Amino acid sequence: MQYKVLVVDDSKLARMVMASALRRVRPEWTLVETANADEALAAVSATKIDIALVDFNMPDTDGLELVARIHKAHPDMPVAVVSANVQDEIIGRARELNAGFIPKPLTDDALAAFLSGAALRLKKVPT
Amino acid sequence: MRSNATDLTEIEQDALAEIANMGVSRAANSLRQMVGEQVFLSVPTVEIVTRQAASKLVERNNSKRLVAVQQTFEGPFCGKALLIFPEAQSLELVRSIVGYEHSLEDVIDLEQEALAETGNIILNGCLATIANMLHRTMRMSLPSIVRGDGATLFGNGASGEQYVLFLYIDFNIKKRDVGGFIALLMDLPSIAALKEIVNDYVNDIQRHLPSHVG
Repeated sequence: MQYKVLVVDDSKLARMVMASALRRVRPEWTLVETANADEALAAVSATKIDIALVDFNMPDTDGLELVARIHKAHPDMPVAVVSANVQDEIIGRARELNAGFIPKPLTDDALAAFLSGAALRLKKVPT
Repeated sequence: MRSNATDLTEIEQDALAEIANMGVSRAANSLRQMVGEQVFLSVPTVEIVTRQAASKLVERNNSKRLVAVQQTFEGPFCGKALLIFPEAQSLELVRSIVGYEHSLEDVIDLEQEALAETGNIILNGCLATIANMLHRTMRMSLPSIVRGDGATLFGNGASGEQYVLFLYIDFNIKKRDVGGFIALLMDLPSIAALKEIVNDYVNDIQRHLPSHVG
């Protein structure tokens, strides 16, 4: 099964790192890049996004708020917060929002682990 | 007002901000462990400005009485990393770290040592993350404490007009009413070296990029 992954990060470099890692771990999946919450929400309503990877520290709307807004419209979409901010509160709030947490600097293993879990969850949810 | 020779391209600026963000976010976690409260961070700012302008930026919204823990770093690029906050908040920060059961006298006695140790942990965490990401080794000096206004902290003196690369992020421990900056300052020869290293890093990522990204 091929999935479409949304990447939300204000840093182009960070998006490049994620695109590069995604190609290595799931070469057949497609990627949609956005640079902020507004673009991300527009992408989610315009196209069928299966999985979202969301940076935490962004101008205006932070990643956790964006996750809450994505889940309001798509409660079953697997979403992960991607951040170097590994403070307990951030990871805890991600969990409360039923989102995963992937630490930066991003490793292929951490991304692959989250994506495998996400793919399993998507198989269970009738789309 | 920028010097053309030291202008950063969009991707260089982006990469530096992202790398600094990772360094500071990791360091914020160390501070969080020390004070037991969440540390809030701003989005990073990367600018090439004069030393004078940099000192004005740290005085913004703050009194001119600042205290900073600083460490110099050397390697493929050199500079200074500083943890800066208003002097009035210094004792409160020390208190949040050593605990509230100590008397004010004890806290005052501990201040220098506690600030140096806090700075050491935070600045080392930040610089080590950056060095690892760029696959370079950096040597760091022991921490020292500086008190004064922005110009004193950044050693303006005669070189106040000199351009520096200035990277900074605000941090805030809301429950303790303590806030400040983590700043990195690099001079011109280092900017050129850093640009090269950052470009290598970006090119390396680009080589692995998918050819069509939606």
